[in-house]
Amino acid sequence: MIGNLDLTTLQNLWWFICSTLGALFILLTFVQGGQSLLGAIAHTTEEKTLVVNSLGRKWELTFTTLVVFGGAMFAAFPLFYATSFGGAYWVWMSILFTFIVQAVSYEFRSKPGNFLGTATYDAFLFINGTVGILLIGAAVATFFTGSNFSLNNMNQVQWHHPLRGLEAAFSLFNLSLGLFLVFHARTLGGLYLFNNIDHAELNRQCRSAVLANFALSLPFLLFVLFRLLIMPGFGVDPENGAVTLATGKYLANLIDMPAIPAMLLAGLVLVIFGVVATGLKEKKSGIWFAGLGTVLVGLAIFFTVGYNHTSFYPSKFDLASSLTIRNASSSHYTLTVMSYVALAVPFVVGYIFYFWRQMDSRKISVADLSGEQAEELY
Amino acid sequence: MLESVDTVMVNWARAQFALTAMYHWIFVPLTLGLSFLLAFFETWYVKTGNPEWKRITKFWMSLFGINFAIGVATGIILEFEFGTNWSNYSWMVGDIFGAPLAVEGIFAFFLEATFFAVMFFGWDRVSKRMHLFATWMVAIGSNLSAVWILVANGWMQHPVGMHFNPDLARFEMQSFWAVVSSPVAISKFTHTTSSAFLLASMFVIAISSWYLLKGRHLEMAKKSILAASVFGLLSSAFVGLTGDESAYVDAHTQPMKLAAFEGLYDGQANAGIVAAGILNPTKQPGDDQAAFLFEIQIPGLLSLLANREPGSFVPGINDLVYGNPQQGIIGVNQKMVRGKQAVQQLAAYKDAKRDGNQSAAATALAAFNQDRDYLGYGYLKRPEEAVPPVALTFYSFHVMVVLGTILPVICLLFLISTYKDKITQQKWLLWTGIGSMFMAYVAQQAGWLVAEVGRQPWAIQGLLPVSVARSNLTTATVQTTFVIFLVLFTTLLIAEVRIMLGQIRKGPEEA
Repeated sequence: MIGNLDLTTLQNLWWFICSTLGALFILLTFVQGGQSLLGAIAHTTEEKTLVVNSLGRKWELTFTTLVVFGGAMFAAFPLFYATSFGGAYWVWMSILFTFIVQAVSYEFRSKPGNFLGTATYDAFLFINGTVGILLIGAAVATFFTGSNFSLNNMNQVQWHHPLRGLEAAFSLFNLSLGLFLVFHARTLGGLYLFNNIDHAELNRQCRSAVLANFALSLPFLLFVLFRLLIMPGFGVDPENGAVTLATGKYLANLIDMPAIPAMLLAGLVLVIFGVVATGLKEKKSGIWFAGLGTVLVGLAIFFTVGYNHTSFYPSKFDLASSLTIRNASSSHYTLTVMSYVALAVPFVVGYIFYFWRQMDSRKISVADLSGEQAEELY
Repeated sequence: MLESVDTVMVNWARAQFALTAMYHWIFVPLTLGLSFLLAFFETWYVKTGNPEWKRITKFWMSLFGINFAIGVATGIILEFEFGTNWSNYSWMVGDIFGAPLAVEGIFAFFLEATFFAVMFFGWDRVSKRMHLFATWMVAIGSNLSAVWILVANGWMQHPVGMHFNPDLARFEMQSFWAVVSSPVAISKFTHTTSSAFLLASMFVIAISSWYLLKGRHLEMAKKSILAASVFGLLSSAFVGLTGDESAYVDAHTQPMKLAAFEGLYDGQANAGIVAAGILNPTKQPGDDQAAFLFEIQIPGLLSLLANREPGSFVPGINDLVYGNPQQGIIGVNQKMVRGKQAVQQLAAYKDAKRDGNQSAAATALAAFNQDRDYLGYGYLKRPEEAVPPVALTFYSFHVMVVLGTILPVICLLFLISTYKDKITQQKWLLWTGIGSMFMAYVAQQAGWLVAEVGRQPWAIQGLLPVSVARSNLTTATVQTTFVIFLVLFTTLLIAEVRIMLGQIRKGPEEA
């Protein structure tokens, strides 16, 4: 069945799959948000241990989703993988460094003889939760604002800025998306921790953090959305594939694909509902609403920049080098094979959800900090 | 394009990849093997209900966790380094190479990530059987991950199931099955994982030996040694069989690598294996010098192992570089001529297409198709460039083989001594057991040196040299990230070893 799909359909399908992974990653950055909240909401060692151990049961899912997102982009859109990673070298390397130090921090932070001390590992978690997310936001924002690269006739990338991708962080739009993601991750982190931990003082701190960070995220989100509506976008001529900078291109995309503004609106409403549910009404369920809302908003952003004859990785240095889901994709054969593989994704999501529920059926509390199970604590 | 290649930058990029891969490989084999030992221990606990087995499981699991974290940290960078430092590679073969990496993520990484949390924190949150299931899933997930990354690596050693698309200047997959079932991929996976099981066995034997020497945790140490020595012995048998298969496959897919294993410059019928030897450091391909300053050979064995046919001809480095018409071997020098024609015709084809000259494009394409199998050789400057660093390959190979032969003997001695309950009296064996862990680590690193250094100068054997596969970066940029990685990974390694030693000194929780 999948083998009968034409290349265009497969490219659309794979943009959908990669967008889903990207949107799920943004949801799962509640781990990074929680990490960056550690110093603000947890004041005693007991509180810190509860927060770190609550996040420590989930950090690998976020990490794995990022890795799988990378793998899926490599398999489905290898020219993006080659151009972005090989070109914007320093921004990706900086992001990766923050994830390298995150990966050891949970396991090492409280172990005797850990060489760098608990405070250093907690600082690593903070850096990953702030700098890492900010740079990811700035990198994703370049999907809209463009980057400084050109491709030769063998599709080899040349980058035309000495900062090799880090220059993305010096654009107001890019920085705003990055800061929105940082504060949004902190909002999600507060919602998740409120849901996952039974501890009166921490719960109170989490609610305050949810409200404060949501308020901080709003101006950046509104600025990004407003700019999106009025900024010029990188449109593609469906006839000859030529890329041009068109005024109101992203607004036109929202009008041409009405499901996207509907998703965006529904997502924002769900996020607000989640924030209110936990922040004001002390409901545990806030993370689920805000999480679903985050995924919808994430999908809307990726769909806007990928579909409707739009360049998803444009070059502002050389428009002709811009990447679209048509010219950056793998072959029909590879996309077909990968689509069969992707049939397993619902099963994977199913078992993750099942075991997540099993593990979280009892909230983490002070009682978990002693006894036999305390041996494995982070 | 080739004229602008910064070979110094390429070498730093190679060094950076080697550094991250070698650091990563300090931790991964222990994860692959210890995960199964944990599953065995816990299965025994669930089967017998004996809490001693739970204690054993939890102790080894605590060491597994420390090791696993740093394995993850060093692993993420490897996937992305293909893009950051080898972007031309990522584009030219991403259509094939990206697929196994994506499959690895979907099928293996999520299994590991989900069940790792259940395994560590689920003792009192899920049922006993569900917990055991999670432990098995971590073992299976870890090893599934190895399957896919070794399929990808196997394809780099022996590219199959694809064709070159001149319009897009890239290789495209034609048969996923051919990629997955490639004999190189299969021999790589089986040899690598079985050797990882052996390393994990030596790790358990070494730490248990230390407890026995200190007179601590005797029961746990003896039980662990018994299980690990059996697992180690079984794994060794596979290491031997799959090692033999790997050499046989190499002989037919990467004959240059095999020749470098043995320092064989001039091909021979009835070629022997060098049991021990010192290479002549000034020896170069094509000169008249002796290859060895000293060597002890086992006659005829190389022909037998490489071709499974006594007395058969095994080509040497000189035959492969300069050709050997009697044996029907085309030399690198001839392949380079055809490769350069392919490079020229490809450029002509691209130019004609750009100019809209269809007939010129068709002519250039027809000419290109005649020589396209040698395209990669067109980027070499000298025929001798196709020779990998012989000394590093030769010594790594021999260190790996020698250590791989000693380790099963040590496993056997431990098994016999433990079975006869004499292990605590045999202090020399216990000290040997501690040393054996280091031997296993050296053998692992040597094995990867053989596989990867022996493939040089190719990123994709015979198709894509590293000088073309590179990203367009400055030397200073790559030097900077190299130093950052070196400092970061070394710091984290020190932390890991200190934590591990602390955990070992502390030992399992008291019953």
